[in-house]
Amino acid sequence: MTALIVPSRRNFLSTTGKAGLSAAAVALLAGRPGLADAAGGDMGKDVDILNVALGLEHEAINAYQLGAGSGLLQKPVLDVAVLFQSHHKSHRDALIATIEKMGGKPVTEKSLDDYAKALNAASLKSQADVLSLAAKLELGASNAYLGVIPSFKDPALAQVAGRLAADETMHWTALSSALGRMLPAKALSFGA
Amino acid sequence: MKPASLFALIGLAALAAPIRAGDAGDAAGRGLYEARCGGCHALDADRVGPRHAGVFGRKAGSVAGFAYSPALAQSRIVWGDDTLERWLRDPEALIPGQRMNFRVSDPAERRAIVDFLRTAR
Repeated sequence: MTALIVPSRRNFLSTTGKAGLSAAAVALLAGRPGLADAAGGDMGKDVDILNVALGLEHEAINAYQLGAGSGLLQKPVLDVAVLFQSHHKSHRDALIATIEKMGGKPVTEKSLDDYAKALNAASLKSQADVLSLAAKLELGASNAYLGVIPSFKDPALAQVAGRLAADETMHWTALSSALGRMLPAKALSFGA
Repeated sequence: MKPASLFALIGLAALAAPIRAGDAGDAAGRGLYEARCGGCHALDADRVGPRHAGVFGRKAGSVAGFAYSPALAQSRIVWGDDTLERWLRDPEALIPGQRMNFRVSDPAERRAIVDFLRTAR
């Protein structure tokens, strides 16, 4: 992996170092100095994948914002939704830091109204509607992270995708519990 | 929020509506589409990925207003049984330079998703 590093990029990275990374990004990159310094060559493909992931996280943050602001969520569900949103914000910050570290340009967030339209937020009429939307998005995100793992050039990033998928799966499980939904009857139901 | 608080909150929700074991896995059709593709796509709205309604017979990279990769926008592929199956198996092999990179490794799942997309209007 390091053999593919472009010298000029290496110099850039060595001067920027890890200063300024968020706590989440530091955690994400912990013990992975190769990841922090990876750039150039095939890593552009990995940046593309991370940017798609960042788009997912932007959407998730806004989906929870729409839910929290809807007035439909009651405590303690509202607290859990806000907590899950904070996880997605940590994912977002870590992805942005990693993309920038690799020399990429992070995709930007759309407006809340754009997300509301794309997610048909106007159709949400109850707490169960909000939780159902959140569960659907979390399940999709979990599968999305698992489904891009084979495409990463850097196995360390593939592991990061697995960690992100685990968070989304945890969210989906809690939301499914709150909705009284059945668990999958068969093993290996994610990411086939 | 402390971890213990989260467990307490989730525990409350679980008590109100406990998880039940059962056959929740809809292995085909819409359920599978939503599980595998729903993270980024919807039928009737552009999200992280473009809308899928009417994808069969549509030229790749042709949904108006969606910001495709140059590779996809310039592709001459038309979506159908074969191209969608190959796309889901390994998008980079079909259109080098694309940005989806998501793979469905199970052939039966790919087939079921393509079958569903054929009906997505």
